[in-house]
This record gives sequence, C-alpha cells and structure tokens, in this order.
Amino acid sequence: MKPNDYLPHEVQIVARVQEAPDIFTLRLRFTDLAHHARYHFDAGQFNMLYLHGVGEVAISIASDPKDTHLIDHTVRVVGRVTKALAQLQTGDYLGLRGPFGRGWPMAAAQGRDVLLITGGLGCAPVVSVVHYVLRRRAHYARLVIMQGVKHTHDLIWRRQYDTWAAAPNTQVLLTADQTGQGWPFNTGLVTQLIGQAQFDPANAVAMLCGPEGMMRATAQALQERGLPDHDIWLSMERNMHCAVGHCGHCQFGSSFICKDGPVYPLPEISHLLGVKGF
Amino acid sequence: MPLPTVAVHKFSSCDGCQLALLNAGEALLQLAQRVNIVHFAEAGMLAETALVDIALVEGSINTNHDVQRIREVRANSRYLITMGACATAGGVQALRNLQDAQGWHQAIYAHPEYLDSLDTATAIAQHVKVDLELWGCPVNTQQVLQALSSLVHGATPAIPQEKVCAECKRRGNVCVLVSEGKPCLGPSTHAGCGAICPAFGRGCYGCYGPQGVIYAGIP
Amino acid sequence: MNHFLAREDFPHLLSALTQAGYGCVGPQIRQGAIVFDHLHSVTQLPQGWQDEQQPAHYRLQQTDSPYWFNWSNGASAIKPYTFAPQENLWTVQRDQSGRLRFQATLPQPQKTAIIGVRACDLAALALQDQHFLHGKHVDPYYQARRESLLLIGVNCTHAAATCFCVSTGDGPDIRQPYDLLLSEIAAGFLLSSGSTAGATLAAQLPLTPASDAQQHTAQQRMQAATQQQRHLPAKPPLFAHLDHPHWQTVGARCLACGNCTSVCPTCFCHQAVEIPDLDGDTSRHERRWDSCFQPGHSYIHGWQIRSNATDYYRQWLTHKLAGWHEQFGRSGCTGCGRCISWCPAGIDLTAEVEQLV
Repeated sequence: MKPNDYLPHEVQIVARVQEAPDIFTLRLRFTDLAHHARYHFDAGQFNMLYLHGVGEVAISIASDPKDTHLIDHTVRVVGRVTKALAQLQTGDYLGLRGPFGRGWPMAAAQGRDVLLITGGLGCAPVVSVVHYVLRRRAHYARLVIMQGVKHTHDLIWRRQYDTWAAAPNTQVLLTADQTGQGWPFNTGLVTQLIGQAQFDPANAVAMLCGPEGMMRATAQALQERGLPDHDIWLSMERNMHCAVGHCGHCQFGSSFICKDGPVYPLPEISHLLGVKGF
Repeated sequence: MPLPTVAVHKFSSCDGCQLALLNAGEALLQLAQRVNIVHFAEAGMLAETALVDIALVEGSINTNHDVQRIREVRANSRYLITMGACATAGGVQALRNLQDAQGWHQAIYAHPEYLDSLDTATAIAQHVKVDLELWGCPVNTQQVLQALSSLVHGATPAIPQEKVCAECKRRGNVCVLVSEGKPCLGPSTHAGCGAICPAFGRGCYGCYGPQGVIYAGIP
Repeated sequence: MNHFLAREDFPHLLSALTQAGYGCVGPQIRQGAIVFDHLHSVTQLPQGWQDEQQPAHYRLQQTDSPYWFNWSNGASAIKPYTFAPQENLWTVQRDQSGRLRFQATLPQPQKTAIIGVRACDLAALALQDQHFLHGKHVDPYYQARRESLLLIGVNCTHAAATCFCVSTGDGPDIRQPYDLLLSEIAAGFLLSSGSTAGATLAAQLPLTPASDAQQHTAQQRMQAATQQQRHLPAKPPLFAHLDHPHWQTVGARCLACGNCTSVCPTCFCHQAVEIPDLDGDTSRHERRWDSCFQPGHSYIHGWQIRSNATDYYRQWLTHKLAGWHEQFGRSGCTGCGRCISWCPAGIDLTAEVEQLV
C-alpha cells in the first residue's frame, strides 16, 4: 500500500478539558495502538483533525513530543469545524492526519535562553515547548514565558503559569490589554513585557505565536534588545486544506505554511510579514 | 432521540424552490428518515405554527400579514434557512421597489382598493435573523439537501464561496463568452447551480446573484 | 525525427494504441474550440482548422489545408487528465458505536494515450509532476492518473497571437519527456519515440526513414511558430513592486472569476469539501479545483486575507512569476497564453508585467 497523506486515522477522545468558555482541550489516542506507537511529532507541528460529516481543521499539538501517552489539542471555537468539535465528549471518535510542518528549533535552542512570547490563544503551540524545556531543564538556560491576552478571562492555564513560575531558572510574565480587580499581573501589550524579561540576547532563541501584528511588534522589540533576526522564530497561520503543500491555500510568498512552516525564522518571512493581502 | 423537526414556509414566490426540494425524489424518502417534516403545504403536511428545529423559508415579504407571519416563523424555529432569490433578495417582485408601487396598483388592477401590498418586496433577512441563506432562482436541490444533511450532522452548512466560472471550468465547458462572444454573467455570479446554462451553450444569466462577498453561512 | 508516418497510415497508430490497451484522447472541436476528448477515428481530428486568439477572444477558422494539428492550443491543457477537476479522496462510515472507518477512493484509470500534446502543456505537466509527485508528500491520486498516461506530443507549427512559449523557453518544439513525438507535414508525420512504450508502439507502425526534404520541411514549419507577438521577462522581480499602483489598475479590470487559474496548466490549488450523506453515517471528502481569485481561498476563521481583485491578482501573479522560482526552480508560466485568451476581461499578463516592473 502506498502512503496516502490525505487519509485520516481514527482517534478516540480519551479526555476532554474545558479550559475556558470557548476553549477546550481534546486528549487523543489512535485506536490502532500500533499506529499510536509509530506516531512522533516535534513541538510546534500540527495535525489535521477531522470531524465526521463536518470536515477538517488544522490544530497545533499542545502535548510534549516525548509524551507517548496522549496527543493533546487545545482548540478555540472560531469556525464551523471547531464549533462542531466543541460538542464532542470523551469517548467520541475523530479522524487525525499528521503531524505536519516544521516545528520549533528545539535542538538549536539547546544550551541557550528560551523566550516564549505569545498572544491570545497563541500560547497553545508553545505549551508543548514549555513542557519540553521543563522536562529537560538542564539542556536549556533561562526560560522566559510571556503571555498577553486581550481580556483577563482569556488567560487559561492560570494555575499552570504559577507552577511554571516556580520552576528553576524560569520567569513568567503575564499581561492583559484590559484588566480589572483581582488581576495581579501587568496591564498592556505583551511587547511592553520585553523590557522585564531577563535573557542574554547573544545567546537566546525567541519563539513567537499569536496575531501577526503582535508578532511583528514583538520581533521589533526583541531586535531593539539586540536579539538577532535569525534567533526570532514565529508560528504562522493560514487557511489549510491539505496540510501537505499541495492545495495552495496557505501560500505565503514562496512557501507553503503547512509544509515549510508553520514555524519560520524571521528572515525567511520578514519581507511579507504584515503586508496586506499575503 | 426524536428526529429533528423541519417546516417549509412559503411567502411571495413562485414555489420553484419548494419544488426543488420536492423534486429530490428518493433522497426525500431518505431525508424523511433523518428529519420529521411537520409542515410543508406543497407536499401536504400542515402544522404552520409548530415549533421546529429547522425552518426553510421561500419567498419575500410583501404584505403586513407577511411581516407578522415571518416573525412567528422565526419565533417558532431554532435554525432558519431562507432559500431562493425571493427570500434572500426580494425576487422579481422587488422590481417595484425601484418604481412607484401605488401607481402600478392603479394602472394594473381594476379594484386596487382590495390590495394589501406593501410598497416594497423585501428579503426575509430584512425582517428577522436568518441563520443561513441559500441563493438561487430556484435553489439547487443538492444544495438544500446538503444544508439539511450538515445540520443533521451538527455542523453549520458550508456554502462554496466561488463563482459560476469555477463550476463551469470544472465541468469542462468551453467558455461561451470567449469562444462565441455570448454575454455571460458567470464571472460575477455566485456558484451553486453547477453552471447549467453554459453546459448547454448558453450564457449564465445570474440566477445565484452577485458573488464577491462572503454571506450568511460562513460563521 | 528520423521516421516518417504517412497521413493515411495514422489510423495504424490508433489501432496499435487500442490493441495495447490504451483509450485514445485527442483534439477535436466542441463549442467552438479545440478540446481533448475520446478519439475513435482520425475523422474527429480538426483537419484544416486554425485558431485565432486574442485577449478574451478565441475563434476557429476552417482552411482547406490538410493539417490536423495546425492550431496552437485549445480551451484546456491536459491538466484534467492528471489533476482531476473534482474527485473523491475518501469516504468514511460511522458505525453505531461512533467508530469511524476511512476508505481511500483512489482512481483506477484506464491506460490513456493523449495525442497532440503541445510543448507548453508538457512543460506544465513536468511542473505539476514536481508539485504533486516529487516533493516530500506524494499525491497518490495524481500519481495513479499520471502513471496511466502515454503522451504523444506534436510540435507546434502555428503560434496564436497569445502564445509566448519562446520567451519562457518551453516551445514551440517539445523539450520535455514524451513517449512519441510528431511533427506534421502535408504528407504525414515525422515521428520519434522517447520511451520504451513509445518505441514499442513505433515498431508496430508502417514507418519509412524520413528524407532530408521531409526533415527540412518540418523544421521550416516549426520555425513559423517561433514568430510570436508576446514576450514575458524571465524573472520579473514582482515582490519588489508590491506597492506599485498598477496592481490597482489591473484589479479594477479583473472580475475575479478565476478562469485564468482554471485554464492555467500549472495552477494546482484545490479545496477540500465535505459532503455528508443524508443517511447520517456516510460522508465523502472531495477535492475540487480552487482558485486564489475566489473569496473562500484565503478565508480563515472570520477574516479573509485577500478580499478584492487587486489582492487576488497580485497573489496570483507574484506567485506564478516570482514565487515559483524559489519553490520550483523556475517560473510557473510555460507561455501557453490561455490566461490571456480565456480571461473575460482580456487581461494580458505579459502587458501587466511590463507595467509592473
């Protein structure tokens, strides 16, 4: 049998966690356990989740790449497929194709400071990096987690941030555009946190995820702190149907985000980043 | 679990869209196993005021009575689909919106005093919230069935966001505009019909309305 | 080009193909244009017909010439024979416990010989092969169709006003792999084989050695097709001119119908469409040609990256003529000119590029 990258494999929802009113995590396992054993991914890669009769959607993988137990996907309800996915319960079945794309530069980041800067639900694709680094703490220098959200209630995993902040050599900075009582963190944009981040610009790798405007502003702030462009990595998002670089929807200049990305070093995409229409 | 209930309502229209559903043939029998059609006057079922999961609405709003009735339909339905050019854009009867409607009444009818027509024919969405619009004059049977099928699967129906030319080329037609110089509205008309007219050597005359915006149906 | 097949012996080629199990596809006239369709007899071939192409204009004219292939190209390339306009990728069945059973629906195409493939379309096929077959992910649907094809090329002897394959380096003579290659002269065809399958077929034909005079005539006829009115620069630096006001000018003329992308032999965009069956348990996953000119193409949860003809056209042209160089090592245009002829607004990419760089 020739491989068919278009054909999903059946997975079962082993657990479902409601993270916020419109955000949930599905913990999945292939029903074919041999396939599950063969399945490996890199932090930052994504899967195509298929819901019966509804269609497919690209969702990044949130779990630790070395955690062979379950494959986690944290999903925000934004479109027709995610809206229908939200109705599913533990025990239900889905289709899954993947993993696809280029993940975060975890090998290149070894021995260096790791900055994770995210906006909105952009934190999901880097959560797997957090897990990855924390479980291999000795392999990386400082870990700085910066997360910005619009409203305070958009901050999911609040307890996890506390746990992470307590980890050795780790700094957690949180901010919300609009804050109210009981919000112990910063107010404002995530870019305003960069001044507080403690890292060595000569020996650090930044991983950015979130709306493109936020990533552009963040990249600029990092450049101002002396971080070279090639150490700034971004996770991009576009319409995706095939996930294997064939269907053309995620075309971005000279690359397909599904295949050549979704994670890019800044120099590869800076000429089109923020250009309207691309 | 009880089957989802469906009602088909008619306002000012030619019934062509209801016929598109009736003409589904065997698929209609299959549909009847998946949903409970409680009101569909054209097919004989009558329960106009029943509470339903899905309402399909044909026709435009032309009288004060229509205005009242569409509000009741909306109140009685969980998901409201308008189907066809009349329901989604006013239809051919909306031509009077551009003219002196009262003048027309006087000119055409012997006893205009019996008329209870509004001066305009308007789309359903101008009166109540519409969850999904199916364009076309008439709608395409497959499109209606697929919309119902998606809803039964718990999904918002997906409407192809493209132009008739896309369907025409996929069908392998030769472009009548370029090879024969025939006027064809395909380049600016919303897809959905399957490019029927060009397939028979005729130019498209725009039954599915102008394409260019993503309309109700994409959440 | 060292063999000669007399015109009256051409039916032997059709019967040899049929005997070898091939269905034949060849050019014929339908709806006022040359199209590829099933070919049972040489009488279906467009003898004496010639195309006249201009922006938004395609007409056929009959002449009393004996030639079957004296036209430049038809409404569609051979793209539909490899990259199907619409095809099912897989179906899925849900059982009572909610389990899903996926079943790929790979095509099982009949062996097909396409007669009359042009240089521009073979060059485009090579690019589509690169896209669908030679990357990290192989498309098994495309592959099945592609492997079923036997390609019989014909060198062009007439260039339409919309042709510019000379400037893209793809024609008018065929430069990409073929199984059999024909050059038409009045008395018949010069023939050479380019593959084992082609040689096997050639061995069954009543061929004679081609004379010097025949070779000379064929060369001269081919020479006529090099006279082309349009020209495309090799590598226009379009990404350096993203803010050029001319994008707006062309955007104002573009109807965003996507016809240029449908007739383009290298465009590969496709969409996935889910078609749930009324039975509630079966669903089909279908793919269809898509276009970067359609509003759904760049739609992503609630917003469109591109939403007007200026953006669509700029996306298409920058990709086709600039992005491809990095992605595929060459331009995405092979000079067939179909996007010029079949654009209802008569937009001519060669003229637009001239304005843009």
